[in-house]
Amino acid sequence: MQTLINYTLYLADNALILAQRNAEWCGHGPILEQDIALTNISLDLLGQSRSFYQYAAQLINAEHPSAMPATEDSLAYLRDVFAFRNILMNELPNGDWGQTVLRQFFFSAYQFPLFERMKHSSDATLAAIAEKSLKEVTYHLRWSSEWVIRLGDGTEESHSRMEKALDELWTYTGEIFEPAPYEKAAVEAGFGVDATSLKDAWMERVSNILQEATLTVPAPRWMQTGGKEGKHSEHLGFVLAEMQFLQRAYPNATW
Amino acid sequence: MSSVTDISTRQVWDLLEEVTDPEVPVLSILDLGIVRDVKVENTTVNVVITPTYSGCPAMDVISMSIRMQLLSHGFKEVNITQVLSPAWTTDWMTEAGKEKLRAYGIAPPNPTQQVCKMELFVDDEAVQCPHCNSWNTRRISEFGSTACKSLFQCNDCYEPFDYFKCH
Ligand SMILES: [Zn+2]
Repeated sequence: MQTLINYTLYLADNALILAQRNAEWCGHGPILEQDIALTNISLDLLGQSRSFYQYAAQLINAEHPSAMPATEDSLAYLRDVFAFRNILMNELPNGDWGQTVLRQFFFSAYQFPLFERMKHSSDATLAAIAEKSLKEVTYHLRWSSEWVIRLGDGTEESHSRMEKALDELWTYTGEIFEPAPYEKAAVEAGFGVDATSLKDAWMERVSNILQEATLTVPAPRWMQTGGKEGKHSEHLGFVLAEMQFLQRAYPNATW
Repeated sequence: MSSVTDISTRQVWDLLEEVTDPEVPVLSILDLGIVRDVKVENTTVNVVITPTYSGCPAMDVISMSIRMQLLSHGFKEVNITQVLSPAWTTDWMTEAGKEKLRAYGIAPPNPTQQVCKMELFVDDEAVQCPHCNSWNTRRISEFGSTACKSLFQCNDCYEPFDYFKCH
């Protein structure tokens, strides 16, 4: 049970933290239509995280009955940095539009094969969330792929910015395929997806899109890890400080 | 022979027809195809709904509206359950709903066989302008004013319009 809880929280945290980062673009996008597009993606990710948090809360309450039961809100707003399991890439500051788009592309290119597999999970709830989310991720992947190509194969300025973003983000992509202990346990228990098995599909799609974007796949290098086990960069604290402020300052406040 | 339960189940469906989507108020939640099941036991109703998109903020409002509607018509206990599978699809939207959308100025979803392909930079669907009926339109953005819509413009009458995209 604890494995299922940890694994579900990992999926939830990834979606929530990227949703929060993308939402920072609200009102700041380069043009109105793309501002709306990115905030729509943010909303989809937020919705996915809610489904996962609701499920995790249900599991936690079944396992540890408490006078203060866990809820989707307590999981999002009342846990501290070390309890979050999201990959480091998702907590990084947005950088420019190109870097934000490239990160979304890397993440969607991971979520797409992940949910394709998880649709068949032995856990019916995870399978249902994956089936639902996959339809949304298809749009995210197409939108972000197009923008990576448009900017990479764009002007001299946009190309050099994409090169810089690629160099910045690449170090954080390895963590996706480096399974945490709860991911390994989830695979053994039969409901999780083996992260290492997604790497080839991810790399093939990323290589194709980067090539079309006239960008070069970086050479293998040392990769940052730790987020999946709660060892985060200094950036996550700032994300949480903003996201959790209201519930921390005014506990149980509602609209 | 219809039992009391049949009658009250039908009554619930009729009441739900009056509950509308807060973001597209011309559509009832039945037009939208998000009510998956209704069960009635005495004065208790169980309603099963499914979200259009995971993050659709209208779902909470819709749940509240269903509850208010049924409570105000004599049901004592209303349970609303959300299910995710099978995932909602625009195929579940009624033909009447599609007509209402068009009249409201939103292009209704095309049949879904054309949707969600991964090819890039293609307008994968021909969408008809709800204002002048021209098929000569172009997509401005994959994402519109809400998650369920994308933004188009008509090349003939130049009006921009929302398209309730296939899903
Ligand atoms: Zn027109």
